[in-house]
Amino acid sequence: MTTTSTSHEAQAPASAGNGAGALTGLRVFTARSLKHSFRDAESLLMAILLPVMLMLIFVFIFGESIAAGQGGDRGDYLAYVLPAVALTAAGFGASYTAVVVSHDVTTGFMNRLRTMPFPAVTVLLGHTASSMVRNLLATGVVLAVAFALGFRTDAGVAEFAGAVGLIALWILVITVVFAVLGMVAGSAEAASGYGFVLLFLPYVSSGFAPVETMPGWLQGFAGHQPMTPIIDASRALLGGATPGDAWWIGLLWCGGFIAVAVWLAAVIFPRKVAR
Amino acid sequence: MTYTDSPLLELDGLSKRYGSQRVLTDLDLTLPPGVHALLGPNGAGKTTLVNVLSTLVPYDAGRVRVLGLDPRRDRKQLQGLVSLTGQYAAVDEKLSGAENMLMMGRLFGLSRHEAQRRADALLERFALTAAAGKRVATYSGGMRRKLDIAAGLISRPRLIFLDEPTTGLDTRSRQTLWDEIRTLADSGASVFLTTQYLEEADALAERIVVLHGGRIVADGTAAQLKSRVGGSTIQLHDDAGHILEEIPTQGSALDVARHLDAVAAARPDVDVTVRRPTLDEVFLELTGERTGDRAQQEVPA
Repeated sequence: MTTTSTSHEAQAPASAGNGAGALTGLRVFTARSLKHSFRDAESLLMAILLPVMLMLIFVFIFGESIAAGQGGDRGDYLAYVLPAVALTAAGFGASYTAVVVSHDVTTGFMNRLRTMPFPAVTVLLGHTASSMVRNLLATGVVLAVAFALGFRTDAGVAEFAGAVGLIALWILVITVVFAVLGMVAGSAEAASGYGFVLLFLPYVSSGFAPVETMPGWLQGFAGHQPMTPIIDASRALLGGATPGDAWWIGLLWCGGFIAVAVWLAAVIFPRKVAR
Repeated sequence: MTYTDSPLLELDGLSKRYGSQRVLTDLDLTLPPGVHALLGPNGAGKTTLVNVLSTLVPYDAGRVRVLGLDPRRDRKQLQGLVSLTGQYAAVDEKLSGAENMLMMGRLFGLSRHEAQRRADALLERFALTAAAGKRVATYSGGMRRKLDIAAGLISRPRLIFLDEPTTGLDTRSRQTLWDEIRTLADSGASVFLTTQYLEEADALAERIVVLHGGRIVADGTAAQLKSRVGGSTIQLHDDAGHILEEIPTQGSALDVARHLDAVAAARPDVDVTVRRPTLDEVFLELTGERTGDRAQQEVPA
């Protein structure tokens, strides 16, 4: 026993409890969070099924009548609603991050990590990375369903990548916001409760119906909330059109949210001790 | 390698507050390597002290050395030498026992191969090999606790903090865990455990530190603490063994004899035993609750 352990320590002197680096931490925790996602069959099914249901409801139930008001048909509405469905689904998927982060805090798991010699904040990054994977998968499903329902586009690879990139960026925004909520919430249940409000955000935007059709008092919010430029830009790009100013307004919103969330995480995380 | 010659713990005026609430006040303590218990009721500040010593929470004032290192200044170095097993089993329920162990090993900076090797050995030592591939969600409370402690050992720490390791466990699991803690001590690691159970401190610890209201109210071996409270008690029994009366004494032969003379005169046939104070009595005495009871009893009498 002594001989094997000394020969090992000779090979890898860093193995005597010096702690992992940030990259190893990130790898370990991303793998952990992905295992969580894929082992929790119900959550995974919800994450895939929900966007599909949302898509079918909006296209087949509301689609024709909303489109009729704008002089279009169901197919036009499919193209119109596509980015909003993807982002709404991402919101639901990302709210799971609040639950898992809160769980790690309240069970004392985070506490143990913070007494270990490695950057413990990588546990948050791992949850974030796995949320990205899970929700981009859901976005893929949304796009696949859209194509199956007859969505066609002239968008080139660059436009398509731009649209998916914007959607991915919003997924990141909402994931880090939910991660912060998960840290401050007293329990996993409370964490998902806080997130509920955020999930209604896409409905009050240009995502499902044109802002001009809303009452005046709502237009101010709907026209200027962060999701509207992201949805407008994604829709334009997916349709092969130029996104105008919407894309950079959307990017600014995302950058701002991420900066604030990262700052909050940096302040809260070291002080967060489950007692 | 400063830690080899250093005391396990050296506290000099350690204080900690959360906002305006004083949680730990002016703690002075020196402990040699070994197994020691921090004993106190709920809210005494036990968890806060363990959190400070294990680098989780910074202390406000005083001088603190753990294995010769300052938990604030030498945080990372100390983290490589200690492990904390908290009050709630901090294991990942959705992963298997083996995956939990491997994850902890990797985070401590072990190679995959070395982490695997140590994980297998520890799982075997804690009799968890058969359950290693199963998800922790299916484990019993005792198994979770064992896995939790095993995970803390993968880095081969010099000092292991166990915060209320047996709270919520049944008697058999508690006994198993006590055996494991004794084994840890035999392997040369030091253990600093918190407990509300006097019996547990008595069974495991070389030194017992009693914390009450954020202050150290006593510190010593179980025998020293018992003698601090002094007097043995004379118990009078009936034939069925029921206690008829308890007579506190000062513990000296003369004082016991004096009380026994009085008993012999009044009830010549009664059964008599003389017993040393239990740790429970010591504890109540030290935390001031027993003196309160006595005062109340003395008023009507």
